[in-house]
Amino acid sequence: MGMTIAEKIVALAAGVPEAKAGDIHTVELDYLMSNDGTTHLTVDMYNSLKHPRIADKNKLVWIVDHNVPCDSPKTAASQKKMRDFAKLNGITFYEGEGVCHQVMAEKYVCPGQLIFGADSHTCTYGALGAFGTGVGCTDYLYGMVTGKSWVLVPETLRFVLTGELSHGVTARDLILTIIGKIGANGANYKAMEFTGPAMKTLSMSDRLSICNLCVEAGAKTALMEVDEITLEYLAQHGGRTPKACFTSDPDAVFAAEYEINLSEVVPVTAKPHFVDNIAPVSECADVAIDEAFLGSCNNGRLEDLRLAAEIIRGRKVAPKVRFLVVPASREVYNAALKEGLLNVFMEAGAIVMNPNCSVCWGSCQGVIGEGEVLVSTGTRNFKGRAGDKNSFVYLASAATVTASAIAGKITQAF
Amino acid sequence: MGKVYKFHNDVDTDQIIASQYLLYPTVEEMKAHTFESLDADFAANIKPGDFVVAAENFGCGSSREQAPAVLKALGVKAVLAKSFARIFYRNAINIGLPAIVCKDIYDHVEQGDEIELSMTEGTVTAGGQVYTCTKLPAHLQSILDQGGLIASLNEL
Repeated sequence: MGMTIAEKIVALAAGVPEAKAGDIHTVELDYLMSNDGTTHLTVDMYNSLKHPRIADKNKLVWIVDHNVPCDSPKTAASQKKMRDFAKLNGITFYEGEGVCHQVMAEKYVCPGQLIFGADSHTCTYGALGAFGTGVGCTDYLYGMVTGKSWVLVPETLRFVLTGELSHGVTARDLILTIIGKIGANGANYKAMEFTGPAMKTLSMSDRLSICNLCVEAGAKTALMEVDEITLEYLAQHGGRTPKACFTSDPDAVFAAEYEINLSEVVPVTAKPHFVDNIAPVSECADVAIDEAFLGSCNNGRLEDLRLAAEIIRGRKVAPKVRFLVVPASREVYNAALKEGLLNVFMEAGAIVMNPNCSVCWGSCQGVIGEGEVLVSTGTRNFKGRAGDKNSFVYLASAATVTASAIAGKITQAF
Repeated sequence: MGKVYKFHNDVDTDQIIASQYLLYPTVEEMKAHTFESLDADFAANIKPGDFVVAAENFGCGSSREQAPAVLKALGVKAVLAKSFARIFYRNAINIGLPAIVCKDIYDHVEQGDEIELSMTEGTVTAGGQVYTCTKLPAHLQSILDQGGLIASLNEL
């Protein structure tokens, strides 16, 4: 019987000819990414082992991105623990380089790899044809020490994309619409695979945005086929070569298959406090905002900044509204700087910040206070996610967020 | 016997332990803030041996292992839910906190009820009634039996 992309990648990593959904395999991991959200705990656990050792330090990538620059003495102590350990053990280490998943996409991820990340949005790597999945620090430590882990092979939900997104409708609207359709646990324990004639209309930026958010439907991983767009991205980013390029076999078994016509997608928002609480932006048009956030591993890439700059050029952020613009990586920041985009934001009255997770994770600069409303391109709108436990987050596209920053209320851009 | 602390559908890990506490140096320093947004007195009231009972998709969202870790540090004996989000489930087992799928218990208990769990029998007893829960797959039970994944690393 045929295999899905997810089954093929697990089989390759396990060194077996065939893997089937429901099987448990021991796999060799290609990379293990960790960030400052949990690494201090991993270090403590490592130091408590009877025989601490690192299987292959070249597989480890450590990235400080959640609180950059650091916001408190306690955070500083935790980050120092991570930094010192990385230095002592020769582990690849980044700080101020960008949000971990964007940095991984720019520098490391290759098609066919199986990657563990101590962060739920590790499913982003599916945009490059890799099986990325989020784990906790104990699983991470096990992989760090042994180079291996166990994986329950997931079933796959297949999404066949047709048509083309209308002007002003983004890949983020598409994936939010899909999450609204299948629900916050609609893909729990499963892989989400995207295919179909519309793939050629989706840039790498779009693809990263789509795969990134799949965990909000509970997905274990997201996967896309490798094509010219993937290969061109790899060529432009260090000339990386694929480990393997897989497509699902015609007789592969899928748990479910959905056809999504992109031309039917409209600008949407995820209302508080759940990512699957989706409504058209037009239904939320009277909601006044206190802050707007453009950034994150979901939507802080160059194309998002270009779209936002196109909307806000020559206009102003609404009075008493903070508009935070946070490029997802140093590469994105520098490109935006060269194109003059950051000037556009600064002249409009936005606050342009260094690459980091920012208010998407609610424990650093930009958090919102009691009763405040944030419209955000971040990943989550859980209660208290962006600051005070009694605050409100609406998730929307870069276009909607920017138009809302100008209007002072939730607004559709086009 | 332990008391029930009851939570709804789709409890995400930000509610279990919020972002602003994650970079505290140790889990011991974080645990007083467990479930702060949903039940500000939870950490003060819960006693070792008590249970968290929830509906569908418990532990969705972030991969923060601090979420099951603070529950374990407070002495929660097990989390019983209709279903779990996958990363929370894996993390809980890895650190030795039983995460048990129990479809029926949620609709038959209230906050503060006394219940008893038998992992070996795969049952929960509440109000004189016995409810069946799903036994862990052998692979996961063996991790739990060893006291978590780290303990198994020390055996290598």
